[in-house]
Amino acid sequence: MKQKLNESTEWVSDRFPLKKLWEDHMSHYYAPKNFNVWYFFGSLALLVLVNQFITGILLTMNYKPDAELAFDSVEYIMRDVNWGWLVRYMHSTGASAFFIVVYLHMFRGLLYGSFKQPRELIWIFGMLIFVCLMAEAFMGYLLPWGQMSYWGAQVIISLFSAIPVIGEDLALWVRGDYVISDATLNRFFAFHVIAVPLVLLILVFLHIVALHEVGSNNPDGIDIKANKDENGIPLDGIPFHPYYTVKDIVGVGVFLFFFAAIIFYMPEMGGYFLEHANFIPADPLKTPEHIAPVWYFTPFYAILRAVPDKFAGVIAMGGAIVVLFLLPWLDRSKVRSIRYRGGIYKKALLLFVISFLGLGYLGTQPATPSATMAARVLTAIYFGFFLLMPLYTRWEKTKPVPERLTEQPSIEEKIPEWIETYHEMTEKQEVKAASGEKKIVTRPNPSGIIAVLGRTVKKLINSLN
Amino acid sequence: MKKLIKTLLIVMPFSVFASGGEVKLEHADIDLSDNASLERGAKNYVTYCLGCHSIKHMRYKRIAIDLELDEKEVLQVITPYGANIYDKMHTAMNRHDATKWFGTYPPDLSLISRSRGADWLYTYLKSFYKDPSKPLGVNNTVFEDVGMPNVLWQLQGEQIAITATEDGKDVIEELQQISAGQMSPKEFDQFVNDLVNFLEYAGEPVQLERERMGKYVLFFLLMFTVVAFLLKREYWKDIH
Repeated sequence: MKQKLNESTEWVSDRFPLKKLWEDHMSHYYAPKNFNVWYFFGSLALLVLVNQFITGILLTMNYKPDAELAFDSVEYIMRDVNWGWLVRYMHSTGASAFFIVVYLHMFRGLLYGSFKQPRELIWIFGMLIFVCLMAEAFMGYLLPWGQMSYWGAQVIISLFSAIPVIGEDLALWVRGDYVISDATLNRFFAFHVIAVPLVLLILVFLHIVALHEVGSNNPDGIDIKANKDENGIPLDGIPFHPYYTVKDIVGVGVFLFFFAAIIFYMPEMGGYFLEHANFIPADPLKTPEHIAPVWYFTPFYAILRAVPDKFAGVIAMGGAIVVLFLLPWLDRSKVRSIRYRGGIYKKALLLFVISFLGLGYLGTQPATPSATMAARVLTAIYFGFFLLMPLYTRWEKTKPVPERLTEQPSIEEKIPEWIETYHEMTEKQEVKAASGEKKIVTRPNPSGIIAVLGRTVKKLINSLN
Repeated sequence: MKKLIKTLLIVMPFSVFASGGEVKLEHADIDLSDNASLERGAKNYVTYCLGCHSIKHMRYKRIAIDLELDEKEVLQVITPYGANIYDKMHTAMNRHDATKWFGTYPPDLSLISRSRGADWLYTYLKSFYKDPSKPLGVNNTVFEDVGMPNVLWQLQGEQIAITATEDGKDVIEELQQISAGQMSPKEFDQFVNDLVNFLEYAGEPVQLERERMGKYVLFFLLMFTVVAFLLKREYWKDIH
């Protein structure tokens, strides 16, 4: 038996580099040993991608891409198909989860300079994945054929018509009709189910190939290949398998816990993951009072609305994404990680995060004059972060970068500290219950809370220098 | 857990996408585990609503299963005369006629609880008032100029709007009952609540089962994470 197994393994390895692939990319692929919590989101993005593929395939078995039938077929899946509701919620929640994970993954890049030389191509492939993901999500959102599906698509596609000269014809060509209709639904279905997922898969492959060529960055932003032992193995590197495979499984567990909590207890997420108006079938004759895209598009939607001219708005919205592609060349700093960068980058990044979240919020709200004004300021900050980057990063005062990876306390090691903080913020009091018994009750301790808050604020301000 | 989820649901801004956020909504007491309330709601729905509004995604059979009712009982108590247990809750209203009579056809209410929310429905059904200027003689504070007659007026009694002038505009301050209905206000509130409870159930029949199942899934994932963490710690012991 064992001999047979060996023979067949040999037979395969004579014809396919199975062992070599496994060693090159798993068991002998050396990753820095100091990955922190931010490094979970890459593998989680892959997990969500697999989730979307599997649930998506199951959904297509009962979904009907037809303007007359689409809405009802989704309800059929929700009610009459065995476990259809679970598959559908996994897919709809997965869409939002994908963006949460990817936004955090990209932010990790901003924190530790993962986009910087020599990882520019990884960043470019990643950005292409992000653009594909947006197209995938946008076209997928039309498929349930609810009011928001319909009018959201109507608004976004009409943006094409803002392009001078060819705009109107282009929008007509994209829709395949003068309004969003059955023709649009059918082609969006084709793109959502076949075309874009294929491109996504290829891009993910390229993203990982490029990553494994240069190796992963790390929270210290140091090149671990600079220090190797006599066998040519990086001193600060550990094999991806088994160390990071077992570690990523923990991340998967934590992620799935929150993912399942949403699926089983709040699949609509208060109207952010599944919008209330999308439970009304698409009606070309009734425009909803307030058309809002799903939350993950709202930062860009807010930028679009902040610009008074429609065409200029479209350019600004496109520019907000294009400028991300240029990041590796905009950043002139000599160090990668935020740990050793000057205060100015930290402050700029903080402002950027505020502007992104702020724009995201404003995009869900009706465009009142004051909201538009706020969106303009935040748009200026958003672009300022990128366009002023060549200036402020060139002159930033960086800190000395260590030779080898530094050690930071892990989450496990921080737990005692958290428990201590909790004790500081609460106090135990003896209280007489109605029955006369004495009870010890934990109450918040105001002076303790103020002390902790004061320390936290001080620490935050210090960390910005 | 359930309490936490309920508070979360309340805290999350529901009104972001709902229309007519100006009127303060009354709170509907939704309890999908109250089978008696759901049964009353289903029965009253068939009596008072199904004449115009279908729930085309709901089968009577499903009601029997979910409310733990005998199929024969459902056929006797809930379904309209002559309906089959496998039928969906279709209406006998002809779309063409409806458009002629009301100016629009009554929408299917399969998902109304998910697009409007239970509180909106509860308040809406209680907020009809006399308005002779309208073709149907009534108007509604929650849904202005609605094309629906007040089907429940005999039960509730008639209401009129007390207006006050604010910034040169007439604003409705409150609704006042001018004639007694067949039900006391408390009975009527219960009646409407049962109806809304049923609509909430019909919007997503699986939701109770979903929440029941969620506990086990979350427990499993918690255990999985603990085991995964212990495994990780075991492997990482020798990394310094």
